Amino acid sequence: MTQVAPTSPIVTTSRFPDGPLPPRAGAGLKPEHIDAILADDYRIGFLEVHAENYMGDGGPAHRGLEAIRVKFPLSVHGVGLSIGSESGINPDHLERLARVVERYEPAMVSEHLAWSSHDAGYFNDLLPVPYNARTLDRVVAHIGQIQDRLKRPILLENPSTYVAFEQTTMSETDFIREIAQKSGCGLLLDINNVFVSATNHGWKPMHYLRDFPLELVEEIHLAGHAEDTDDEGDLLLIDAHDRPVSNEVWKLYEIVISQAGALPTLVEWDNDVPEWPVLRREARLADAILARLGPASLLGSRHAAE
Amino acid sequence: MPRSDAVTAGEQHDFGAALLDPDLPLPEGIVGPHGKKAEKRFAVYRNNVTVSLINALADIFPAVQRLVGEDFFRDMARLYIAKEPPGSAVIFEYGGGFAAFLQNFEPLSRYPYLADVARLEKAWLAAFHAADAAPLQPETLAVIPPNGLAEIRFTAHPAARILQSPFAAVSIFTASREQRPLDGIKPATHEDGLITRPFDAVEVRQLPPGAAKFLGALIAGDPLGEAAGHTMADHPGFDLPAAISAMLEAGVFSACSASQPNPEHTP
Repeated sequence: MTQVAPTSPIVTTSRFPDGPLPPRAGAGLKPEHIDAILADDYRIGFLEVHAENYMGDGGPAHRGLEAIRVKFPLSVHGVGLSIGSESGINPDHLERLARVVERYEPAMVSEHLAWSSHDAGYFNDLLPVPYNARTLDRVVAHIGQIQDRLKRPILLENPSTYVAFEQTTMSETDFIREIAQKSGCGLLLDINNVFVSATNHGWKPMHYLRDFPLELVEEIHLAGHAEDTDDEGDLLLIDAHDRPVSNEVWKLYEIVISQAGALPTLVEWDNDVPEWPVLRREARLADAILARLGPASLLGSRHAAE
Repeated sequence: MPRSDAVTAGEQHDFGAALLDPDLPLPEGIVGPHGKKAEKRFAVYRNNVTVSLINALADIFPAVQRLVGEDFFRDMARLYIAKEPPGSAVIFEYGGGFAAFLQNFEPLSRYPYLADVARLEKAWLAAFHAADAAPLQPETLAVIPPNGLAEIRFTAHPAARILQSPFAAVSIFTASREQRPLDGIKPATHEDGLITRPFDAVEVRQLPPGAAKFLGALIAGDPLGEAAGHTMADHPGFDLPAAISAMLEAGVFSACSASQPNPEHTP
């Protein structure tokens, strides 16, 4: 008999199944849905959580997410890192995010092209940045800092916006493409945000999608929006996440999938959250489109092969 | 043309200030597309920030909201948010100064117990998110020889908290959270509350006289004999065996040690 080797500290003992987000529909996780999701015959492709809700040390919130994580792939979506902030990335918040990522080993980590914190405090909203060289350098540096700490690339999400800046010198798509090229991050394409921003700023959503670097997109978000009016009485869309995905957004989604292939697709519903079957119905609509159009897409099944 | 750094430095500071103060003008450089105005557009951000933070406070302080009524709560929360916006993106930590704000809020001066109800709600949420630990099992205590009991020191469970109130804050908190009327509660009655999370669910109990002092001393690291002695000097009727059995059932502690004093509490 050979000697028994001492236990190596290098051996990783993951508590959770490994693997990427599948190119299927996922849902934003709400604690009140956990039991229904676990009991459901329909198996959702993955779940996504807001990182900030799991930054506590322990307690029942973690029991719920652990129960989900042992059964499903998980995506961690930050809403509070304030990547566009003039005052820099808050190192404490980055550490909190790193702890969530280490704890749950998610298949994906994403954040927003936005800011939410300043010296005065945290505004709990995703606020816009002007698109110019100065903001670009700042955002690229911040993403680098995040990716260095997390030791993995993140995805950056395109915003929904209501105002423009005189200081803007670049298109949003050029700005995002250059950030991805310089920082090495991937992209999260929120198609509802595209539709909301296009309506609010008078762009054509199709022109935006034509200019967007679809080859860098690794995840899609879909959500519902509300209608309001701007100062001139014209339609102003609000990124409300409080209702089903609109028909226009489903049509754009079909176009993106037939172009880019099947991609992990999250349905978000954060306000006036319905019972699980209502959210499941939205997820199944996305699943049907992925199954119908994904295999025939121009970019093919690049993601399924990964 | 892009502006120089000197002009644009702090543009987010102005943006943020205008978010919280609707009387401030639009931040410089904020426009609508194609020469459109941006007043209503900027108001979307103002509304998002204010409404989302009011909703956050309503989630954190449901008992207070029920006691003052939803409309009053939302108007009051708006004032608090402008005065004390969150310091971090971890929203469940927001509202640390809300109890003090209520205490000094003139329209509520006839309801002085509200501040302690708010403190209980913050303690409840802190206990909900506190680190995990198994509560101390009665068997652990049972194996310690009787002559060693006086020297035992305890380690507080991360979720354990005590709130002493000159008001009936525990009864009012409990009635409000259970959506019961306050009938029969005398607000000016002193009450002590214990917040714990023994089986991964937060529990709030009212403590008998003396127990807050006793448990507070144990949480601070005093040995059992000393804590009991001081408590019984102040409260001659203090039922020590009942208090020990209740603290074990509530999960106030996660561990105990027979002899080593906690270095932090050794002079």
